[in-house]
Amino acid sequence: MNQATAAQRIVRIVRPYVAVFDPALMAIIGSLGVIGLITLYSAGNDYPWRVTDQIRNFGVAFIVLFFAANVRPQWLMRLALPVYIIGVALLVATELNGETVKGATRWLDIKVTRIQPSEIMKLGVPMMLAWYFHKREGALRGLDFLVAAVLLLVPVALILKQPDLGTAVLVLAAGVFVIFFAGLPWKWLAVMLVGGVSLLPVAWTLMHDYQRERVMTLIDPSTDPLGKGFHTIQAMIAIGSGGMFGKGWMQGTQAHLEFIPERTSDFIFAVYSEEFGLVGNIVLVLLFMALVWRSFAIAINAPTLFARLLASAIGLIMFTYAFVNMGMVSGILPVVGVPLPFISYGGTALVTLGMACGFLMAISAHRKLVQS
Amino acid sequence: MRNPEREVHYFRIRIAVATAFVLLAFTALIARLAWLQVVKHDAYMAQAELNRIAILPVAPNRGLIKDRNGKIIARNYSAYTLEITPDGLRDHDKTIDELAQVIEVQGRDRRRFKKLLEDSKRFDAIPIRTRLTDEEVARFSAQRYRFPNVELRARLFRDYPLGEIASHMIGYIGRISPNDMERLEKRGDAPAYYGTDHIGKVGIEQSYEKELHGTAGQEQVEITAGGRAVRTLSRNPSLPGNNLILSVDIELQKITEKAFGDRRGALIAIEPKTGDVLAFVAKPTFDPNLFVDGIDPKSWDELNNDPDKPLLNRAVRGTYPIGSTYKPFLALAALETGKRKAETVIQDNGVFVFGNRRFRDSNKVPLGPVDMRRSIVKSSDVYYYMLANDLGVDTIHDFMKPWSFGQITGIDVEGEQTGILPSIAWKDKRLKQKWYPGETISLGVGQGYNAFTLLQLAHATAILANDGVVMRPHLVKAVEDARSGDKRLTVPHESYRIPIKPEHLKLVREAMVEVNISGTGRRAFEGAPYKVGGKTGTAQVISIKQNEKYNENRIDERHRDHSLFIAFAPADDPKIALAVIVENGGFGARAAAPIARMVIDYHLLGKVPTAPAKEGPDEEGPLRSAALRVQALAASAGVAARASP
Repeated sequence: MNQATAAQRIVRIVRPYVAVFDPALMAIIGSLGVIGLITLYSAGNDYPWRVTDQIRNFGVAFIVLFFAANVRPQWLMRLALPVYIIGVALLVATELNGETVKGATRWLDIKVTRIQPSEIMKLGVPMMLAWYFHKREGALRGLDFLVAAVLLLVPVALILKQPDLGTAVLVLAAGVFVIFFAGLPWKWLAVMLVGGVSLLPVAWTLMHDYQRERVMTLIDPSTDPLGKGFHTIQAMIAIGSGGMFGKGWMQGTQAHLEFIPERTSDFIFAVYSEEFGLVGNIVLVLLFMALVWRSFAIAINAPTLFARLLASAIGLIMFTYAFVNMGMVSGILPVVGVPLPFISYGGTALVTLGMACGFLMAISAHRKLVQS
Repeated sequence: MRNPEREVHYFRIRIAVATAFVLLAFTALIARLAWLQVVKHDAYMAQAELNRIAILPVAPNRGLIKDRNGKIIARNYSAYTLEITPDGLRDHDKTIDELAQVIEVQGRDRRRFKKLLEDSKRFDAIPIRTRLTDEEVARFSAQRYRFPNVELRARLFRDYPLGEIASHMIGYIGRISPNDMERLEKRGDAPAYYGTDHIGKVGIEQSYEKELHGTAGQEQVEITAGGRAVRTLSRNPSLPGNNLILSVDIELQKITEKAFGDRRGALIAIEPKTGDVLAFVAKPTFDPNLFVDGIDPKSWDELNNDPDKPLLNRAVRGTYPIGSTYKPFLALAALETGKRKAETVIQDNGVFVFGNRRFRDSNKVPLGPVDMRRSIVKSSDVYYYMLANDLGVDTIHDFMKPWSFGQITGIDVEGEQTGILPSIAWKDKRLKQKWYPGETISLGVGQGYNAFTLLQLAHATAILANDGVVMRPHLVKAVEDARSGDKRLTVPHESYRIPIKPEHLKLVREAMVEVNISGTGRRAFEGAPYKVGGKTGTAQVISIKQNEKYNENRIDERHRDHSLFIAFAPADDPKIALAVIVENGGFGARAAAPIARMVIDYHLLGKVPTAPAKEGPDEEGPLRSAALRVQALAASAGVAARASP
């Protein structure tokens, strides 16, 4: 009996930390991760090290998730303001002193390593806005939404200036989601939608020629089959040729003969689609839906406004990443650099996702603790 | 004021709206994917296959060229080339500069590249370096990533191992020009050339292009987006070109070319019974290997501007007055037409007077009484001035025509010149002038308007040696099927026969044998252990003014007389007949006859000479008739000339 107690003691110490894991969320993330690695193995056939790299990335992301899941939401709320301020400061520093690669200034050298401050803002902005609305809870006025809009647009403008349209859109979306869930009046929402649509022609006149070209290529990729439309057309050929059941794992000719650009990162969905077909796609979309559903479920049951807003926003952020990526690869959205969550090769995105899922689990676990 | 219940309720409504939005968006996405993967599946599948599979041409192996004893004259070998595909984006000069740091790129490579670039269509790969060594291949491969539009390709090259030997006969291949392509397309042969860069340009390589080339095959390969072939799916092999077996004996050819030394001229030797061309020499020659990869402009200019005209195929493209080598044929004409009996004796007092014009004999001492036999042995000019006058221009024309004088012989290389076999109708048609009887006289000594190719003279000599049976002369004896090895003769039958009485033939041929025993060719054939018929000839290049003496030493070398000789041996059963000209070589017995001796010695006795043929003594002075020279020049220049009354 005494010998058993040693093991039992360890279990007793570890249990509270492990208990924070949300089983449903873990199952969804695990399934997506497995699909991601299997697809990456095929897509990155010429770079076998990418699979081992990605497994390592998953390991790092899991550690981040573990720690994030064990942070109490109250602490998270306290972190919101400093993270936001540091994030904006780093964005300003990047603007002034960043490294310019291919015409875009996105990286900042902070002696120890290079970081991409805009990545911080993907979670920093929703945290900040959730914190702000939490603080104004019960005394919310119209003016607060304007303050929130300013808090949102400052980092978005800085990211746009880098320029990094993809990240700017994602950060903007993340903030808008928080504002939406915080109770933005429907009237305002309607006005914003109508205003946005009516501003499109104005935007068109303000756009650069290359930007217009991009839009045109989006609408009809065949206008430039060898140039800008090439990527989209080849991705669509890959998806279409996959058919109902796909060509089979490792059998995608478009992928293996290098017709798909960025086939391990942004365009990995084309590889998956070609090899696993419509059936595989439905499975993948269902998994992402489950991820959103689980986030919303956690949000509904969350004990505080901050937790509610953060969890629901994370749900929509996950949706946005998945939808924008798959929409872009299948040719219904413009090509912006957005990776497919848990599937695309890349460490930074995985760490951010791990942290977001950790937050969800922390919120979920906190509810249970409160109830018990 | 706080109402958590209400707030949670409002929040749930927001969540419900968001959920609806997510469901709607994902449904739209699934609809889009179903549209691509179900409705448009067939179209995209077809496009993916189109992407995946490329049909590449497989160039056939070009046939080999071998001599009559199986010696290789033209062959193929595989080597690497570096090719640049101009894409309009990159500056090729810069690319070449960078390449030059990795492997050697010479000035001539650059010049050739520039020229090929001008001639080529866009997106054609153009060689910058050919025949890379293994080390160069390794060095480039290591640096390959720096040169996205430079490719290393294994290609078959044509190689002429004998270099300058027989180059006028063999010719060469070169890159397919836009004109070549147009011609191929017109003939419907373009598909057979997919994947082929080269085509026969000159000589046998050109005239037997159809046999040598073969037919392109196809290969279905899976390719990457970058155009790299990954694996072969199916293969439809190419059909190799057929091999050619020449009638030429390349050893005889070598000896003949050596016998010329650095003199200009031509020699054709024919086996009379078959029409096989045993040797086909035009000097000077050139190295055909220069042309295979595309000649660089500087080397081209050197060849093209050389006063010796090494690119001129003198054997079939040069037309000459043939001088006294014409006499045996005129003697036959006289016998056959009955205009002169063999025994009839003419007094050769050194000059033939026609009206107030004097035609001089080239012999220094007048020969006195001359019958037909002696007229050939001693080469009497007066005899033939008179004979030509008696025969008349049209009789001569009609008799000489079947002997191929002034006609296309039909030899199997392109570019044969017709020459001029004058007649009254010819002069009327070409020069719009009436024929003057005085113009007939110089025809008797192979001058006047007469302009024949050396091939015509050799062919006529072969016909004479073959009892009037005409075999079309041919450089290629047989075509060897590349797969079955079956051989097909190019000239299996006689073309026609010239009816000549055997006793007439016998008389002329015996007289020609006597030429080499006691006549003008005796020095050259001293001590020959076989009986050989021959005739010397000396052809004028420029005119000498009336009463002016021809003084060789005072005349520019290029205006000296051409030296000619015809021969057949052994006289009783000829195995070889030949004609030879040495440009500006002077008297026929001096330059041309010794070369003929070497050729016959090797062919009949296997005797290999050690040095170029020595020049013999000058026994027969060249023609002196000024009036004659005016006409000779006019004929060779193709200009109207009129004998002064």
